[in-house]
Amino acid sequence: MGINLKGASFEGWRRENGRMGVRNHVIILPVDDLSNAAAEAVANNIKGAMAIPHAYGRLQFGADLDLHFRTLIGTGCNPNVAGVVVIGIEPGWTGKIVEGIAKSGTPVEGFAIEQNGDINTIANASRAAYRLVKHASRLKKTKADLTELWVSTKCGESDTTSGLASCPTVGNAFDKLWENGNTLVFGETSEITGGEHLVAARCRTPEVASQFMAMFNRYQRMIEANKTNDLSESQPTKGNIEGGLTTIEEKALGNITKIGKKCLVDGVLDKAEEPTGPGLWFMDSSSAAAEMVTLCAASGYAVHFFPTGQGNVIGNPILPVIKLTANPRTQRTMSEHIDVDVTGLLQKRINMDEAGEALLDCMLRTADGELTAAELLGHREFSLTRLYESA
Amino acid sequence: MTIHFVVHDEGDSVGVVVVEGLKAGSRINGWIMDQDKMIEFDAKSDIPIGHKLAIKPIKSGDTIVKYGVDIGRAVATIGAGEHLHVHNVKTKRW
Repeated sequence: MGINLKGASFEGWRRENGRMGVRNHVIILPVDDLSNAAAEAVANNIKGAMAIPHAYGRLQFGADLDLHFRTLIGTGCNPNVAGVVVIGIEPGWTGKIVEGIAKSGTPVEGFAIEQNGDINTIANASRAAYRLVKHASRLKKTKADLTELWVSTKCGESDTTSGLASCPTVGNAFDKLWENGNTLVFGETSEITGGEHLVAARCRTPEVASQFMAMFNRYQRMIEANKTNDLSESQPTKGNIEGGLTTIEEKALGNITKIGKKCLVDGVLDKAEEPTGPGLWFMDSSSAAAEMVTLCAASGYAVHFFPTGQGNVIGNPILPVIKLTANPRTQRTMSEHIDVDVTGLLQKRINMDEAGEALLDCMLRTADGELTAAELLGHREFSLTRLYESA
Repeated sequence: MTIHFVVHDEGDSVGVVVVEGLKAGSRINGWIMDQDKMIEFDAKSDIPIGHKLAIKPIKSGDTIVKYGVDIGRAVATIGAGEHLHVHNVKTKRW
């Protein structure tokens, strides 16, 4: 073992905005729920195009609408995406998303269904997808320094083995990537409950700590205002409880071991907000797996670390999700979902540095193009975060 | 030697079972990670993998410590070696 991150490199695609991607997807992105059928038809017509259907996009307003646009535009601008076809029910919001994606330089074309119908829209959008996939297939990979790889993390279906071993494995890798100058993110605002003082103490400056605590306290007020019990079975989830986690505090203390022992929190991000520089960022975000990973992808992250205890099977349409577990039962019963087996940590067969290196090795292979378990199994969970009811 | 349970820190109230099928009455080996020490214990309950056992006697109302940090409060008396989970421990938040 022994990966030297200094000078390490990967081969991916250099995008028009200068970012490096590790996948070369052409996506068919609906603006709203009504346009899912047309998007899926286009993806069915053109091989190599992928539809990303979702449930929302109508009658949203204010900050919730801003987040909807930011998430869809961010998804289109992600460096793992080579081209985008946007389809909406009407041209106004469709154009807004096309315009937002075009600013990154990524090729994008938009189509509206009203006054055309599904059939003509599908025909026109299929021709655009054809051009974009052809274009993407001609792009050559180039070599880049490892520091250009943006890495996100979030854990799921956690159990006590997550806090003992798989989350600290991510922490070990994050400590090394942070020292290397990579751009990193963690989040899950509610799942820090009980360990918020530990995260605040790791913030680089008092200003960052107070921004973090403001986000944390706002989330607590939202929970207090809406809860009907102590949230047991929601947070911790039924799966967490089955896995042995008893309280939110216990879950949170395991969760935050993902930020290692050395890295400092360099800044905070709103949901789906792009970081402005390297370092470790905290994103104010949902703790639900698909929502959080979707937000990471929309912020521009290119590879994701996902520790699981009981066996969350999540993937994402554009962001390769690397899953690791330390639970021997999960590894025994669900191995096709696991990319990195760190069960040896709990029997002292491997140490934390070796586990961290196994994860970094998988990260480098994934960045170079090796498919993750979630990609092989077709997991493309894409879940938009809603802030409140539609108008 | 099989490690049957793992403790984060020697000041903690609990350990985590890391093997499947642990039965009451078993003599079990525990690894305290932060201090890298081994301890032996008697399991007093059947405890599923991932679930916790108390490694000291706990009274109702006591604070439960794991990772050296408060993770909730006992709502029943829990003997050393017994299963500790949602039936006898609750959050102090929410």
